[in-house]
Amino acid sequence: MSAPTSTEPIVKGRGLVKRFGSVTGLNHADFDLFPGEVLAVIGDNGAGKSTLIKCFAGAHTPDEGEMWVQGEKVSFKSTHEARDHGVETVFQTLAVAPALDISANLYLGREIRKPGILGKVFRQLDKKRMKREAGEHLQDLGIMTVQNLSQAVETLSGGQRQAVSVARAAAFGSQVIILDEPTAALGVRESAKVLNLIQDLRDRGLSVILISHNMPQVFEVADRVHVQRLGHRSAVITPKTHSMNDAVAIMTGALNIPENEQTLTPVNAPA
Amino acid sequence: MSAPATSDYNLDEEFAIKRSPIQRLQFTLHRYPWLSSLIVLLTVIVIFGLINERFLLPSTVSLMIQQTVIVGTLAIAQTLIILTAGIDLSIGAIMIFGQMLMANFAVYTTASNVLPIAGQNPWIAIILGILAATAAGAVNGFLIVRFNLPPFIVTLGTWSVFMGLTLILFKARTIQGPEMPEEMKLMGTRFPVGPFNLTLGVVVMFLLFLLFAWILKNTAWGTHVYAVGDDPVAAQLSGINTKRVLFSVYLVAGVVMGIAAWITIGRVGSASPNVDPMLNLQTITAVVIGGTSLFGGRGAVIGSLLGALIVNAVEMGLSLAGVDQAYRITAIGMLVILAVGIDQWIRKVKA
Repeated sequence: MSAPTSTEPIVKGRGLVKRFGSVTGLNHADFDLFPGEVLAVIGDNGAGKSTLIKCFAGAHTPDEGEMWVQGEKVSFKSTHEARDHGVETVFQTLAVAPALDISANLYLGREIRKPGILGKVFRQLDKKRMKREAGEHLQDLGIMTVQNLSQAVETLSGGQRQAVSVARAAAFGSQVIILDEPTAALGVRESAKVLNLIQDLRDRGLSVILISHNMPQVFEVADRVHVQRLGHRSAVITPKTHSMNDAVAIMTGALNIPENEQTLTPVNAPA
Repeated sequence: MSAPATSDYNLDEEFAIKRSPIQRLQFTLHRYPWLSSLIVLLTVIVIFGLINERFLLPSTVSLMIQQTVIVGTLAIAQTLIILTAGIDLSIGAIMIFGQMLMANFAVYTTASNVLPIAGQNPWIAIILGILAATAAGAVNGFLIVRFNLPPFIVTLGTWSVFMGLTLILFKARTIQGPEMPEEMKLMGTRFPVGPFNLTLGVVVMFLLFLLFAWILKNTAWGTHVYAVGDDPVAAQLSGINTKRVLFSVYLVAGVVMGIAAWITIGRVGSASPNVDPMLNLQTITAVVIGGTSLFGGRGAVIGSLLGALIVNAVEMGLSLAGVDQAYRITAIGMLVILAVGIDQWIRKVKA
């Protein structure tokens, strides 16, 4: 199906099908993400954007089709398994525990225990180390200063929470970060910061999948744009080869792009 | 492509926002959920101490602390469950089931239906009682986790079930103190601490509070208990096995109820199925007044100790001031509503 590529995709899906009762969420969808790129996934409501990325995030298991991550064939049954393969997801709901502090949230589900008897027998957490490393991760990303790490997440603004979630996704040696509608709940100023952060992630060599409804934002940060329609990949374009109007036309089915005019190969050499 | 790593995102500019004194108070109370109950307890002590000097006598204080021991210990179990956004109405019934099982196993009585295996070594009886309470907690947890039933309904049901089982197995017979071996009443052993008079049960209660405060603060399990109560979907997406955490909470709560059963025998001096039937609601009262949110994910176990002490202090203070019991109940009721109101206000805190 796909054109010959110079680089192997870091995340690849072929013929993915996911049904919810009588509703078909994914209908033989293909997917390619290349190393070091920002791939935007756009599509109308119900086109299967979220279902598609939830398969790679480990939140859904596809009924049919095959998935590869870093060349290895995978089948995720939980977000844990996806993480173990280096795929981290920032869900639209952010998946943070609002009453817990920033450092506890960063390490939620993968807490560090103290060395020796305290950790092994008494299972005591190494809070100092978690706090210190959380601070390093956040500073590393240029997001925030250290003294606020014991702040409960619910006392943060929307953009700050988003930043914490992104930091969590980027902090643990992950290769691929999936962001589901990261700017949907944010104002203009905070959106800009999150977009900045996305470009930062790419500059660090991470591969980013960005689900978004916001066409100008997509065209600002994405290297390639995957257009999902009726449960499958309708086309892959780039902000350079096509306009926003083209993208909308593909989304609604008004425009069909032949495969040789699509961008199924990486546009920029990986860092 | 874009310029590298120049994101200017910084919390400091957000936090430079000036807060009014009220907001700062709200913020501090939000950070330390037990702080408001500590303030209330101190206020109560000062007010009642001024009204009647007998309130602050060591003997009065000792009695107050001793009276707190049953509700206080059970409140630990209730706090764990409420932190997960659950509730346990069967808490008193399970405790009574456990203590009747202990007593009936330790004492050879003609009335009980467990006669053939009665007359055990008291230590074995105590362990069996704690195990029975643990199993009862596990039943609650299993029904809630496996069938996704609301904790309110499950424990409303098991409240009756364990009450009924207690009556079926052990009849309605109270086992009097003198009938029981001394080990059964061990938790009622009194000893002086300075001018005060405490019991072993009180010490065990304090130790349990310290233990669970430590566990909740310093272990991954503790963090997960908060996370599950806070936002179960987020907890799951973060890779936490929410079902296992929930089940373990009900199981551990069962252990605490079992220990509370032993403490109750020591405190009351006998084992009766007619211990206060409102124990479940009293523990909820203590937890709520202690600043733990009924919506889950917020609170601290130490708050529940303060909550239980507040209830007892108000009761004692009003009764020393010669206030009729009807008014005392009314006052406690208003205190609960006030506590929930304050909790709602504190939860609204925003940066």
